[in-house]
Amino acid sequence: MAFFEGKGMTGGYGGVDIITSCTINVNQGEIVAILGPNGAGKSTAMKAMLGLLNLKSGSVTIDGQDISKLSPQDRVKRGISFVPQTRNVFTGLTVKENLEMGAFLRNEDLEKIINEIYELFPILNEKKSQFVGELSGGQRQQVALGRALMTKPSVLMLDEPTAGVSPIVMDELFNHILKVKKTNVAIIMVEQNAKQALSISDRGYVLVTGENKFEGSGKELLNDPEVRRSFLGA
Amino acid sequence: MDFINAIILLLNYIIVPALSYGSQLALGAIFVTLIYGILRFANFATGDMMSFGTMFAVLLTWYFQSLGISLGVLPTALLAIPFAIIMMILYMLIIDKLVFKYYRIKKSPPVQLAMVSIGVLFVTQAIVRIIIGPFDRRFFDGERFILKANEFKEMTGLNEGLTIKSTQVLTIVVTIIVVSILFWFLNKTKTGKSMRAYSDNEDLALLSGIDPNKVVMITWMIAGVLATIGGVLYGLDKSFKPFVYFNNMLPIFAAAIVGGIGNPFGAFLGGYVIAFAEIFITYAYKKFFMYLLPESLEPDTLMQLLSTDYKFAVSFSILVIVLLFRPTGIFKGKVL
Repeated sequence: MAFFEGKGMTGGYGGVDIITSCTINVNQGEIVAILGPNGAGKSTAMKAMLGLLNLKSGSVTIDGQDISKLSPQDRVKRGISFVPQTRNVFTGLTVKENLEMGAFLRNEDLEKIINEIYELFPILNEKKSQFVGELSGGQRQQVALGRALMTKPSVLMLDEPTAGVSPIVMDELFNHILKVKKTNVAIIMVEQNAKQALSISDRGYVLVTGENKFEGSGKELLNDPEVRRSFLGA
Repeated sequence: MDFINAIILLLNYIIVPALSYGSQLALGAIFVTLIYGILRFANFATGDMMSFGTMFAVLLTWYFQSLGISLGVLPTALLAIPFAIIMMILYMLIIDKLVFKYYRIKKSPPVQLAMVSIGVLFVTQAIVRIIIGPFDRRFFDGERFILKANEFKEMTGLNEGLTIKSTQVLTIVVTIIVVSILFWFLNKTKTGKSMRAYSDNEDLALLSGIDPNKVVMITWMIAGVLATIGGVLYGLDKSFKPFVYFNNMLPIFAAAIVGGIGNPFGAFLGGYVIAFAEIFITYAYKKFFMYLLPESLEPDTLMQLLSTDYKFAVSFSILVIVLLFRPTGIFKGKVL
């Protein structure tokens, strides 16, 4: 059984189901990419696993425990961390304050964890007393990742972490995500840049109209002719 | 000599009064801006909440006076402030629980909450009038002047006197203390930072585990402190009249918006901007020019840009001009 799993998830906003019996799982130290065309329900599937969406059926489990009924805040306490696609930083706070807010629920000495984050993202140490609103897009994404990691999560969910950044910054961010993976965190990410995402992912899911269409290792999906034709544009 | 007299004149009639009036507005404006930043609505009950808190301070001051308790040269009202603050906070938390909470949970649009706050305004106003009445109340005691005009004239040999009222100094000192503590709280403590985070990005604050109920409660508590202290200082300096407090809402809102709504430091400075503008524009400069100009050029009018009756027009004009040309305020705030 996988460490973190959403099984047969069905649900949506209002009356319409956006995802239908969608299953996604991830193990610690593994990167899983969720891919698919626009409106396939990628972000929705992720939000369902976080609890931002009420499920009609299906279950979400972490480490064998059912957390389907928990609120997003309670799931955060269980070690799930989420980086939204937009508005994922506190722009009016400094870099360091952003990190502190990420660990709001932790009471022990934060300095140690903050230093670990600085080691992972050296640029944040340099800019620690600067307001996040003044940083570049790539730096903001690092703040967002850093904030999410402050809870020392076992699962990290990223909603389009590279949306709107230049290709160079994208490579840099993917490198950072690989570094995070090495700390034995389970990572799920929704990505538009499918090729690059699959190249760093251990496994991938392709969703179409809210259902699992293909799944497999990054390599398998990259080489699958149908996936290539439909989603990778080659 | 004439030049110094002219300066003293300005100091006496503009700078000192504007500094103390500005401090009183600043406290109110920070109250408005905090509520706007965190609860996300324009609280039209601000003026009357201030009069509610002040009312308790007035009643308690009278009670202390009847018991013969006094602070000597300082006004007895200072002793009453902590108790008045407690009553004010209780009232605010009750109002929040009974009224605002419902709309907050329903996620009503800010305009609806603003309308709701007008309802709260009327209720609060009515309660104040039932308890203490609509009349002018004075509750100042202790030493009224720190520096009297005559003493100053004797000391310096100048024609113009400089009067410094103890309430003016008290206002400025208390404001600086309160505002310093507030900024320390917002910038250095975990709870203060979480309030800023909540104001900045509510969804992310929730994901980070910040408890919205606690943030809202602390916001009302700080608002209660600011409203009571601001109201009492204003009442000591002038007098306590509920209707005047209601009227003060306009300059207070203008101050909050000039400073960039949602930005406490902007609101603080905005208070002084509005106070100085009001007094500069409504002051009669005749005497000032008499000192500076040769006798032949002496003005025959009062040299007053606007009558003091129109002082609210000044705040209102500034408000409109800022909203038209720089809706985020002088300092970066949220766009209304």
